[in-house]
Amino acid sequence: MLSYFDLIYGWIRGEILAVPGRVIAFAFFITLLAVPIMTQEPYYLRIITLTTIFALFGASWDLLSGFTGQLNLGQALFFGVSAYSTALLNIHYHLSPWVTIPCGSIAAVLVGLVAGIPALRVRGFYLALVTLSFPLILTGLVFVFPDLTGGELGLSGISRLSKSPISSYYIVVVTFTVSILMMWKFTDGESKIIRVGMVLHAIREDEISARTSGINTTFYKLLAFGVSGFFSGVAGGLYAHYMRVAGPSTLELFFSFQAILWTIFGGIATIYGPVAGVFILYPLLEVLALHPFGDKIRYVLFSFVLIFTLLYMPEGLTVWVRDKLEIKCPRCKLVNAFVRKNCRACRAALRLEG
Amino acid sequence: MFFDILINGMVAGGMYALLAVGFALIFGVAKIFNMAHTGFYMITSFFMLIGSTVLKWPLAVTILPALVATVLLGLVCFKLFFDRIKEHETAVMIISVALAMLFQELLLLSFGGHYRGVSPLMRGFAHVMGIRVSYQHLIAVGSTMVILAMLWYLLAKTKTGKAIRTVAEDKEVANLVGINVSRVYMTVMAISVAIAGLAGVVVAPIYMVSPLMWVQPLTIVLAAVVLGGLGSIGGCVLGAFILGYTETVVTFLVPGGAFLRGAVSLTIMICVLLIRPEGLFGVVFEEERL
Repeated sequence: MLSYFDLIYGWIRGEILAVPGRVIAFAFFITLLAVPIMTQEPYYLRIITLTTIFALFGASWDLLSGFTGQLNLGQALFFGVSAYSTALLNIHYHLSPWVTIPCGSIAAVLVGLVAGIPALRVRGFYLALVTLSFPLILTGLVFVFPDLTGGELGLSGISRLSKSPISSYYIVVVTFTVSILMMWKFTDGESKIIRVGMVLHAIREDEISARTSGINTTFYKLLAFGVSGFFSGVAGGLYAHYMRVAGPSTLELFFSFQAILWTIFGGIATIYGPVAGVFILYPLLEVLALHPFGDKIRYVLFSFVLIFTLLYMPEGLTVWVRDKLEIKCPRCKLVNAFVRKNCRACRAALRLEG
Repeated sequence: MFFDILINGMVAGGMYALLAVGFALIFGVAKIFNMAHTGFYMITSFFMLIGSTVLKWPLAVTILPALVATVLLGLVCFKLFFDRIKEHETAVMIISVALAMLFQELLLLSFGGHYRGVSPLMRGFAHVMGIRVSYQHLIAVGSTMVILAMLWYLLAKTKTGKAIRTVAEDKEVANLVGINVSRVYMTVMAISVAIAGLAGVVVAPIYMVSPLMWVQPLTIVLAAVVLGGLGSIGGCVLGAFILGYTETVVTFLVPGGAFLRGAVSLTIMICVLLIRPEGLFGVVFEEERL
């Protein structure tokens, strides 16, 4: 019994406590799970739940555009399609959220694959424009068929995620944690088991070289579109059931841009970047909204924060912090805390003397 | 009906063409994907609004100060933001989105969200081919043509134009033959913003002025530029007129067309790109094709 405990403790010490970034991530998830113990104020729970949903959305954009470099300006397409299909299934067939959210996510995957088809033909800014136009086209259709889609007001009367706000909170947070860990593992470029992360990096850096090395870039790009669509879809489905309304605002241009802005602020091509970005910016904006003057200037401040992040921390906040806290061993590439002088595994000197 | 479509399509297409030309110019020369471009168009309209309603100047007098102020603002934005990170094309794009949002929010803060009208430069109607056309529409169509012709003359016939085209072709070589590349960038930014401002001047009295007026033209302008082919000035003018007419036809002939006009334009753009990924007149190097 004790040996198992030692094993787990040893693993935590070696894999988590030794790396500052992982300590922060671990503490973050623990805090997130412990929030309902500290406060049960519905207002705070609501903000954190929405933040969590948007963090998942931002991370899914990062998975597609940050890692593969396929600049997608219409991520809201996946979110909106999933929100609408979840809502339609729930309202017309009275299915429970456990069925509608997966169905919505699968709808988002299908749409992701359809949207990915132009990605095989067009590149760069052309692709950005094509992806930008899909949600706008869909918005036009939503307004033309108000009987089916509810038009400008959207679909309302969707059932709750669960009876109590606390269990809704846990459903969202656990889904979020699992999804983020899956995305992080999926895109991990140094993983020995899943090669996808490395391939996606290669496609972003130089697509032609990746093709010449025998990588089926078409397949991997479509895969990225599908996976990103799936997680955006999960976020969209959760959003529809949590807010109990699915409207055209889920397809808005500004909504897609927000995912980008959060990710750029937090750090692109990291997965944890957008999570940090959303968890810093979204609650801040909500707190500002409480104050009448703050409500007016909150997006002015938001734009300023973004502009200054881009000018002074172009890699994003988390990358900037990570580079201060962590150092990679030059010999064995293992991550070390910034306080160490020698690598924790191979004892090589981490910095050049003098 | 036919002539209504003809004239309205001409106005819409002309406005998109003016905006698209400026956008294509700064993208072609400096590789700056300026999403705040239609923001400058909005700013000029607001400067005119301030001049005519707050300061009580006659509308014609407000045009020049509004344009100069917008161009100065554009140059300040270029120096402060775009110039410093212009090597990272995506970062430039994102920063321009943030900038456009900043414009929108500052205008919302100072003017509120409601729609305002600017009185026309000339009231009254003319009878053209049997239908009544307001003088303002005629002014819009006429000045669009004049501005486009002047731009063509500038680019094709003058020494500055030659320098601009050289930098667009190859900025290292342009630097080697003694062209001041950063000054060319500044010139192009000024021209691009000035044309956007002129579009604002021309259409502010026709369309409503509001802090959200930059969003709708932005998507169509981007679609027009991509439809014509990035970097091709003639292509984007053609693209703008195609989309302008599409919009007008859809609005006039399809029930519920006002909601669908953007959707139809964008669908056309996607279809063209699926057949010709580089746009109608875009250039693509064979080794870049995938």
